[in-house]
Amino acid sequence: MAIDFGAIAPELVLTATAILVLMVDLVLTDQAKQLANPLSAIGALVALGFTLPLWGDERSTFGGSFVVNDYAVVFKVVFLVSLLAILGISWRYFAESRFFQGEYYFLLLVSFLGMLIMPSARDLLLLFIALETVSLPGFVMAGLRKRDLYSSEAAIKFFLIGVLSVALMLFGISMMYGFTGTTSLSGIAQALGQWGASPPPLLLASLLLIIVGFGFKISAVPFHFWAPDTYAGSPIPVAAMLAVASKTAGFAGLIAVTFIAFEPFAGVWAPALGVLAILTMTLGNLVAMQQRDMVRLLAWSSVAQAGYMLIPFGLAVTGNAEVNEAAVQATIFYIAAYAIPNIGAFGVVVAINRRTGYRSIEDFAGLGGRHPFMAVAMTTFLLSLGGAPPTVGLWAKFAIVQAGAESGTVLAYVLLFFLIVNSVIAFYYYLKVVWVMWMREGREGMAPVTPGVNLSLVTAALVFGTVLLFVLPGLIADTTVSTDLVAGL
Amino acid sequence: MEFLTDNLVTVTLLVPLVGAIVVGLLTESDDSARWVALGASVLALVSSLWLLVGFDPAAGTQAVDSLAWIPTLGSSLTLGVDGISLVLVLLTTFLMPLIVVAAWDHGDRIKGYLAAFLALEAAVIGVFTAQDLLVFYVFFEFTLVPMYFIIGIWGGANRRYAAVKFFLYTLLGGLTMLAAILYLYTAGGATSFAYPDLLQAATSLSLVEQRWLFLAFFVGFAVKVPLFPVHTWLPDAHTEAPTAGSVFLAAIMLKMGGYGFIRYCLTLFPDASRELSLGTGSGFFAVPWMLVLAVIGILYGALVALVQPDIKKLVAYSSVSHMGFVVLGIFALNSTATSAGVVQMVNHGLSTGALFLLIGFLYDRRHTREISAFGGLAKQVPVYAGFFLLVVLSSLALPGLNGFVGEFPVLLGTFQEVPWAAVLGSFGAVLAALYLLWAYQRMFHGPLVGAANESTTDLTAREIGVMVPLVVLIVAIGVYPQPLYDLVEPAVDTVLVGVTQ
Repeated sequence: MAIDFGAIAPELVLTATAILVLMVDLVLTDQAKQLANPLSAIGALVALGFTLPLWGDERSTFGGSFVVNDYAVVFKVVFLVSLLAILGISWRYFAESRFFQGEYYFLLLVSFLGMLIMPSARDLLLLFIALETVSLPGFVMAGLRKRDLYSSEAAIKFFLIGVLSVALMLFGISMMYGFTGTTSLSGIAQALGQWGASPPPLLLASLLLIIVGFGFKISAVPFHFWAPDTYAGSPIPVAAMLAVASKTAGFAGLIAVTFIAFEPFAGVWAPALGVLAILTMTLGNLVAMQQRDMVRLLAWSSVAQAGYMLIPFGLAVTGNAEVNEAAVQATIFYIAAYAIPNIGAFGVVVAINRRTGYRSIEDFAGLGGRHPFMAVAMTTFLLSLGGAPPTVGLWAKFAIVQAGAESGTVLAYVLLFFLIVNSVIAFYYYLKVVWVMWMREGREGMAPVTPGVNLSLVTAALVFGTVLLFVLPGLIADTTVSTDLVAGL
Repeated sequence: MEFLTDNLVTVTLLVPLVGAIVVGLLTESDDSARWVALGASVLALVSSLWLLVGFDPAAGTQAVDSLAWIPTLGSSLTLGVDGISLVLVLLTTFLMPLIVVAAWDHGDRIKGYLAAFLALEAAVIGVFTAQDLLVFYVFFEFTLVPMYFIIGIWGGANRRYAAVKFFLYTLLGGLTMLAAILYLYTAGGATSFAYPDLLQAATSLSLVEQRWLFLAFFVGFAVKVPLFPVHTWLPDAHTEAPTAGSVFLAAIMLKMGGYGFIRYCLTLFPDASRELSLGTGSGFFAVPWMLVLAVIGILYGALVALVQPDIKKLVAYSSVSHMGFVVLGIFALNSTATSAGVVQMVNHGLSTGALFLLIGFLYDRRHTREISAFGGLAKQVPVYAGFFLLVVLSSLALPGLNGFVGEFPVLLGTFQEVPWAAVLGSFGAVLAALYLLWAYQRMFHGPLVGAANESTTDLTAREIGVMVPLVVLIVAIGVYPQPLYDLVEPAVDTVLVGVTQ
């Protein structure tokens, strides 16, 4: 069996970089260890260079279980850009706290390797492996601040829940195999189609178990409770990785499983995920309102954001390729638009946190006077997370509302109603932060904000991206709109 | 040069936007922020006047500029003006230099303050001139952001509550409207968000669909106007906003609601509009709901204004009442009333803008707005009192001043359609005289007592300079309103032909 090396080139590059980083870390000492960061960034850039030419191709290798098409490429680009941004906000953070730099970058790269595989996987086993590759390094990274009890708590919680969800998912996969005799997604879809209107309950149970496994990954309510503690306890760049990239990977997997393999049973999972969407956004927002810690606020807000991303899943209809495609595209658009400001917001938190240890919302008081640039950046990111102009977030909300309006079912209107109500709630707490930054005086004798050149540049680039994509949403829309999950869907 | 004159609408919008960016990039210590802001706002005024010179009221929407924007969605940056748009753009560009001058001595972070106003001006011009619903929506939503900061950073003691309330109310309305726009786009099978295309798409809607979409748009605009019962953000926002912010809110931003009613509610959903405005349906729809809400707004606003101890709050509630007249006129759906509704928007902008400016001048001197803190001021500050009286008279629609030529035709036209609404509405005019004159009497007549009153200084040259253009227009429109009606009426008639066919 010939392997299409071109198709897996980005993954190969990232693997090589990961190993290289680990080796180099052994050689380098002290200050020089931070060179692992630019090395990783170069690897990410090369991988990106191998990914972009794949646009427009339809490639498949490993017996059809690994597919590269536009859908996969969009996700890979989002992952690699996120990786670059996260590397940007990691550099100073890890160089100054001096813990396990080489290991951190190695783990980060491995985790992203899993993410790159995720949108290409067309086989339950490969999906499972990808998910594990994403998660396992995450468990360790969450606990990197070894002497910090919260960090250990974060890691343990993440680990236990992660293992539990994986176990459930594997159980589901095994039963699914028993029913259908295959692990290939399209094969499953075919086999399921034959059950018609009256599938055995156990089949539905196995289907839901697999979905639940991804539910943990995307921190959908009620599988979310690990997320806030884990985000809050992890090193902040790791929290950004978990909130953005790891969640995106979960969505990539969930889209593949639901819209390809389980498409014949959309009537079962669509309403279920629709209800989860409502629960997730509402609970996420209501709890976020109560937060005093900035990372926790972002954590709960990212739970709520997962709820918005789940809305299009609630619109799916068996056999209606047009509606399903629109739904998938809306989710992808939202994910891509959401990654930039969210990493940016974590970046600002890193900047404020640097050399001061500040991280509560109160610590942002008077930021508009103390460091106008960071305050402007944070304001832009928060407006984008909420969906107000002049930021790309507006179009993210737009994409979801459009998918809902196009679908036109009763559930769609209910979902839109909750989306609107939740957007208003979300702005309440985003504006609270904005208010603290601009309209409150800082405490006497607050330590100065010193983000450093590196972090300032990354933040500036993310602000630029957030506003640029508002002015030219076509940069994302044109790509996502022409994205087919599978040929002929 | 030719490029400029060919794209006047775009230029009018871009000048303040560029001004905002330039002002934003200046350093805090740089004194030129004021001059840049003034220059940009005056340029925008010149450009909009230029637009007026070449404007032909009979030619419908004109001076259209278009630039492809999001081809996949069929949205393009298309701007243009008809008579209704143009008078509102002119109102905006006319008031803006006055706002800048009024804010001249605003010491606190003047740079950000002026930048926010210029950004706001650009957004509002975008709202009034957009010929593409997506563009309209984006500008509509964008107005929230600078205004939030204006109220939140530079507002009064209770500014946080007011700013958040303002933001969330309008956001809720805006998102509801977005859902409706997208439903219209999808259900009507439109291929672009261009206004004519969506107008075409709307013809395929059933009456039930029209009702729902009307309601969704209505919510978005009613919050802006604001109409009872979604007006509660307004008194907070107006009272807490700094002077220039109150002026911009009352004089310009509220008009976005009235404009939206005419431009979108009436034209896109004519059957639902007719039914809900005139009560031509049966059962629930036999009641002219829009007029009922307008009348409630008129009377409720006036009654609450009557008992306000705070002069700024009084004017804020009077806005609820006066904008009720605007809504009454718009939804009376006849040429006289609807045109007058538009004219009344301009008048309200001038009168209430002037009132908020005057209250701001007084507040700068006395740091209080309690009516009871003042008394007998007419002796102490005669120039101020003179301006105040004139503006108050204009606001309560004294014949010969601008308020009258808006309010009276509104009532006249409404009487022809739904007599009881006009009768009830006219009580609002009576109450306006009561609360405004009573407040004037308490503040300016009677004995001059108290050291604070005795030491209040009269208007400075700069302040008089701000008031004079306003007063000139107030009198000019009052004496000779015809040019204004000539601009507005053809556009209104075009709208009404679609509704009352």
